[in-house]
Amino acid sequence: MPIRLTVNGQEHSLDVEPDTPLLWAIRDTLGLTGTKFGCGISACGACTVLLNGKAERSCILPVSAAEGATITTIEGLTRDGTLHKVQQAWIDHQVPQCGYCQSGMIMAVTALLDEHPHPTDDEIDASITNICRCGTFVRVRRAIHAVAQGAS
Amino acid sequence: MNKWTRRAFIGTGSLVGGGFVLGVAGLALAPSRHSVVSDDAADTGQLTTWITVTPDNIVTILVPHCEMGQGTQTALAMMAAEEMNADWALVRVKEAPALDAYANAYIVHAFAGEVPSPFVRGFDYGTYRLARWFGTQITGGSLSVRTTGVYGMTVAGAAARDMLIAAGAARFGVSPSDCNALNSRIVHTASGKSASFGELAKAAAAIRVPTRPTLKKPDTYTIRRTARPRFDIPSKVNGSAIYGIDFTVPGMLYAAVEIAPVYGGKLLSVDSGPAEAMPGVKKVVRLDDAVAVVADSYWRARRALSDLKPQFSDAGHGQVSSASIFAAFDTALGTAPAMPAGATKVITADYRVPFLAHATMEPMACTARVEGDHAEVWAGVQDPLNARDAAAKALGVNVAQVTFNNLLLGGGFGRRLPFTYDYVDMGVRIAKAMSPTPVKMVWSRETDMQHGYYRPAGMSRFAGALDASGTPLAVKSSYAGGGDGEAVFMPYTIADKTSEGRDAKHPIRTGAWRSVLNSQHGFFKESFIDEMAHAAGKDPFAFRRDLMTDQPRFRAVLERVAAMADWGSPLPAGEGRGIAVTECFGSIVAEVAHVAVSAEGQLRVRDVFAVVDCGDVVNTDSAMAQVEGGIIFGLSAALVGEITIAEGRVVQGNFNDHQMIHMSDAPRITAEFIRTDRRPGGLGEPCVPPVAPAVANAIFAATGVRVRDLPIKNTVLSRRSTIAI
Repeated sequence: MPIRLTVNGQEHSLDVEPDTPLLWAIRDTLGLTGTKFGCGISACGACTVLLNGKAERSCILPVSAAEGATITTIEGLTRDGTLHKVQQAWIDHQVPQCGYCQSGMIMAVTALLDEHPHPTDDEIDASITNICRCGTFVRVRRAIHAVAQGAS
Repeated sequence: MNKWTRRAFIGTGSLVGGGFVLGVAGLALAPSRHSVVSDDAADTGQLTTWITVTPDNIVTILVPHCEMGQGTQTALAMMAAEEMNADWALVRVKEAPALDAYANAYIVHAFAGEVPSPFVRGFDYGTYRLARWFGTQITGGSLSVRTTGVYGMTVAGAAARDMLIAAGAARFGVSPSDCNALNSRIVHTASGKSASFGELAKAAAAIRVPTRPTLKKPDTYTIRRTARPRFDIPSKVNGSAIYGIDFTVPGMLYAAVEIAPVYGGKLLSVDSGPAEAMPGVKKVVRLDDAVAVVADSYWRARRALSDLKPQFSDAGHGQVSSASIFAAFDTALGTAPAMPAGATKVITADYRVPFLAHATMEPMACTARVEGDHAEVWAGVQDPLNARDAAAKALGVNVAQVTFNNLLLGGGFGRRLPFTYDYVDMGVRIAKAMSPTPVKMVWSRETDMQHGYYRPAGMSRFAGALDASGTPLAVKSSYAGGGDGEAVFMPYTIADKTSEGRDAKHPIRTGAWRSVLNSQHGFFKESFIDEMAHAAGKDPFAFRRDLMTDQPRFRAVLERVAAMADWGSPLPAGEGRGIAVTECFGSIVAEVAHVAVSAEGQLRVRDVFAVVDCGDVVNTDSAMAQVEGGIIFGLSAALVGEITIAEGRVVQGNFNDHQMIHMSDAPRITAEFIRTDRRPGGLGEPCVPPVAPAVANAIFAATGVRVRDLPIKNTVLSRRSTIAI
């Protein structure tokens, strides 16, 4: 049975085993490579997507569990050519270095700001647990606060 | 493929459509490194050397360095555009392809010292020929701005400007000396006439390259010394950036691999039957040191791989462990160095640091297509020419039969340097087995973690002597695990100061890890000088400063960081400040860490202050990002980073047992640069080494516990159990 996925507003029918992690369905089957593979054990957050608006680490989520859900990847965050305010803040504050973790970081922050439009530092620490090897944490925090204040 | 030749004294070639390509000629007698151009550049639009100007008035800078987040491509473009007086909005950057013509030899300048100006051109050309011969296009050693920028991009930019001015003057019928370059236009001030770079490009291409263009004075800079957004960032916020792991070729298959867990081990046997029966699996490929499953999706390949039970040999290293390696270090170091007679106080200390993984966020990956005796390869590397070489060797073909395409790097830190291309080697060997079908090989995190080129573990044994006034008479050390003159250098005036390396071989594969040997020795020497200060009953900052009698640059950063950190002001119980200063890659960095340790021993690094003397700063914002990133990278290693060995193999496998710090652990960072007109120093690495000793010294100030082994997580910091050491 094909798996039906709704990704970035588009419906897809995928011929993959139901236990395939959502990450690989997104990257290899749908060709959306903005979502990254970092660890495969839900430890680093590079694979974070939005599942019904919530941040979800796609590397351990079976694709069957995402059937019927609304999935947004980094590619779907830009609407009609306009960057999401988090993406814009990431440019304004020059957050990424190598950038590999930043798709997941941006998705996690988007979910955080949807729930807490004005997060405290403690709330940021508690919910943004993504690993960034280049060490962009200072700028991630600055950019989150800038978005929260409505001026990035 | 284009044919590349050197056209002596001709650094230009016309492009179709009136664009031009610039090189730079230096002295008349030696060929110019910049005058290597494509024979068919005019026909194909293939770019040459470093700068092109096209009729749409776009200046494109070709940079022979990879982008891995360090911002070097933008910084180098700034250096060229500055000399051209280009309009920054009309400047673009492109990575030079992996072709011999772009072999990069400017890095040799870093090791050659000052070359007298009459010989610079000949030196450039000679080293370029060598680099071509070796096949080198390296990005590493914090060298790109220092070398390619200073010796290549500025000269190329200035020459381009002079050629455009000459073309403009000819068009206006005036003297070149009455014309200026301004915002990508050539302007004749007296008449008000002007023309764009793009309009003049074709004519400029016909003008002989100036031999020694005059560089701008730093006080006239308008692009350098400002904050310019990096070219690579927009693609990194919308998912469009293509890293090595992201590349796809139509019809490609996917490979998952398992490598001999002990380095040097060989594949003994594997029953491939069950895996080959699984859906989507095309083949189980046996390599001498690994086994690969090739399937029509990565996940299918990986699942089938997990069902294989390959048997590997251990290369005779099955008994090696971290304990056995450090025991060998201990034996090699012998007794503590002898101290001068007449010393009032002698102190000794041993320090140990573990192996460390680069742990780039992007695991190693390589895509390759092998057809007959030709191959095309796609990966993210720090030296595309050396990676091309690795692919050619693996296939037993000439480098001319390999096309290598470099992609973005999801972190480098030294893992993707020359001679670390086991992943390219493996990728093409698998692709050869599947020829002519292209194959993308992706390493799991576990494979990546357990098959690195680790920062060498190391150990150092120090002895120091103080006289009755607390003045140091001697500091002597021996070390095992690697070191060099730069790494062991202490900027303190001490009568008897020696350091001696000892051999203690082990079979663990090692490599260069961000800041290389300075990452070990920065901790060793700046911890010991701190212990000396305390033994002398002196303030650790004042003790260091007073010993810097002939090191004004060290002293300046040290004094400034102490002022920034409010050094000496009272702190609550359980809090402390630590200071450290190191030099590497041409830059000097002083850092102060402010830590808090709870009664239960919970450590919190609240603040890190840094003052950096890296000479002239090119892109102020991306420079600051390297300071911040270097501190966080160093802090991960200091607090939690370690790779340990048991039964010859790496124990850690993934981010659950190999820790790195998170957002919640990241301190506030306050940093500044010392303003100077000195040539730029490196910046990708120099902020890493002072972090660990600054934090360890701060812990001692806070608790009285002296951390001598990294990572710090392995030392009990509870103040309740503190024993005077």
